[in-house]
Amino acid sequence: MSKDIFTKDNLQHFLISNAVPIIFIVLSVLAIPVSRFSGQYLVQEMLIRLSRDSFLVLSLLIPVMAGMGLNFGMVLGAMAGEIGLILITDWNIVGIQGMFLAMIISTPLAILLGWMCGAILNRAKGREMVTSFILGFFMNGVYQLVVLYGFGKIVPIRNPQLLLSRGFGIRNVTNLEGIRKCLDNLIPLNIGGVSVPIATFIVIGLFCLFVVWFKKTKLGQDMRAVGQDMDVARSAGIEVERTRIISIVISTVLACYGQIIFLQNIGTMNTYNSHEQAGMFAIAALLVGGASVAKATIPNVFLGVILFHLMFVVSPMAGKYLIGQAQLGEYFRVFVSYGIIAIALALHAWKRYKDKERARRSLRGNA
Amino acid sequence: MNRILNFIEKAGWPRVIIGIFLLSLFIVAPFVRVRIDTSISDTLVRFGMNGVMVLALVPMIQAGCGLNFGLPLGIIAGLIGAVTSIELGVTGLLGILIAISIAIPVAIVVGFVYGVLLNKVKGGEMMIATYVGFSSVAFMCIMWLMLPYKSPNMVWGYAGAGLRTTISVEGYWEKAISNVGSFQIGNYFYCPTGMFIFFAVMCLFMWFFMRTKTGTAMTTVGSNPEYARSAGVDVDRMRIVSVILSTVLGAIGIIMYEQSFGFIQLYMGPFYMAFPAVAAILIGGASVHKASILNVVIGTFLFQGILTMTPSVINSLIETDMSEVIRIIVSNGMILYALTRVVKVKS
Repeated sequence: MSKDIFTKDNLQHFLISNAVPIIFIVLSVLAIPVSRFSGQYLVQEMLIRLSRDSFLVLSLLIPVMAGMGLNFGMVLGAMAGEIGLILITDWNIVGIQGMFLAMIISTPLAILLGWMCGAILNRAKGREMVTSFILGFFMNGVYQLVVLYGFGKIVPIRNPQLLLSRGFGIRNVTNLEGIRKCLDNLIPLNIGGVSVPIATFIVIGLFCLFVVWFKKTKLGQDMRAVGQDMDVARSAGIEVERTRIISIVISTVLACYGQIIFLQNIGTMNTYNSHEQAGMFAIAALLVGGASVAKATIPNVFLGVILFHLMFVVSPMAGKYLIGQAQLGEYFRVFVSYGIIAIALALHAWKRYKDKERARRSLRGNA
Repeated sequence: MNRILNFIEKAGWPRVIIGIFLLSLFIVAPFVRVRIDTSISDTLVRFGMNGVMVLALVPMIQAGCGLNFGLPLGIIAGLIGAVTSIELGVTGLLGILIAISIAIPVAIVVGFVYGVLLNKVKGGEMMIATYVGFSSVAFMCIMWLMLPYKSPNMVWGYAGAGLRTTISVEGYWEKAISNVGSFQIGNYFYCPTGMFIFFAVMCLFMWFFMRTKTGTAMTTVGSNPEYARSAGVDVDRMRIVSVILSTVLGAIGIIMYEQSFGFIQLYMGPFYMAFPAVAAILIGGASVHKASILNVVIGTFLFQGILTMTPSVINSLIETDMSEVIRIIVSNGMILYALTRVVKVKS
């Protein structure tokens, strides 16, 4: 048994199917000593970033299961969460209650946006990813319209510190001091100088259990069937369109909660940029963790968050010590994160294309 | 009435709405003290600036490669040409000629590699193209810092190395093409004749190319790849040719843009440049599978018209600057419309 695993063929297969995480591990191993960060600092950073980002990345899993690819439309959920946060900041509701209220307010909004996104994606089958990507940009415009011109005019905002000096529109940076780290510090724990945000990890753990449980439900099985083959699923009596919409709605609502957890950790919100970054980073992290467009698991999520953010923390300093310019490391990181998405998408599309070719050849027979 | 409805049906609702919107902006303009001649002149200048870049999308759409969100690759080739031409210190039309002749070979090489990649990922081109564009822009950010350019007008003063984020082409070839045969009416109206002639030549070239044997084969590949193959057309080769052509035109397009704009924008400058071009051609009536020169001309005019008019008119009208939001909603809404519409036609 143990001998079979290490044959050359198996090794090659393993290397190819895990190419992306392996590249990242190698790059990190090379860059960590150069960056001169201490081990304790890195562990602390990784724990913070795991607690901050995992939920957002986990929200991507369900649409992948339903065969809709990476849900770039998760930014819609992030926007909904941000609107909830702006409102509770205005009402001055602080602490964990404030955070829960923000979730409650933004849930219906996220459901509505998710339903809309799902309905649009149903009209663009086979090109869900690019459509949800553009939809994210489009809704960013609508979000700006609402938050920059509607808030303070149509939606009453009392707190003048939130508003721009002209009397309406939210400022570029919203201070979330009221709910800052309220979840992270709910159960304080300190191990050897490293503080561990236990409560956040409990929430993430519960969510992982939810995903595992969800896969076993009727709806979860339906989604997998739809993801495998829409026509077969339809003839088996599954309402394909409805199932796809539900998967996007769940993803959007979860992304909304994920964004709230993310922002309570950060403590300040870039009113007009936070959500865009959320989508881009979450997707890059998931792909770095070895997920593909068609298959993503919970271990992919955690591995991805750790590797991606390790690179994130280390590369500017490594660039600074190696070449004398931190900017260079920063550009390198941007290049790698976009490049990884491009490579992962290309590998997947190439494989799908090859499979299709092979299927066609098998019909032709061995001529 | 029926004829109007027919026309709307043919032109498509979004286009009609955008057309009416632009027209009303022009009508409202004098009442809010926005000079109409300045507006028209600005629209024309921006039309000429962006025209070639929008034209660059045509070959790939026709060959069935979808909307070229990877246009930044072509733009980068153009930037390399422009920067090198300034390094050499050539001025005037000759400077532009040198910039273009350096950019074209670069674009051909880049385009070939890009085309080979897109052939491997048929069906998923658009998403991959977007990210190939993004990552190549980020890669070039590193290169702009490292490449050994020396001209004091381009590198950071204190370090003596690494290119600046914006480089002025003033004193080299600012408006070199625009000013060929250009004229001024009154204080406010300026017509960049040379740029229009250049754009018209490019359009004519494209029009002829699409009617050559290669061009026809390309269209066939786009409309029905199986049929094209059985007719003896090398599908993969045609697609590569279309990608190369698109990349080369993108490179020429950005040089046109820069000579009129007066600045070269490096680093993250080209990052989002594909999106306005894609929106423009779609507003002009192109779909994900079909595009004509007329689409390019109409679309660029409508889109750039809105971009020029909204800041000035809406600003004076409601005293808030909403142009950025309108731009985002119109351009991405148009792309979204095109992406969702194709399926409806198919089924």
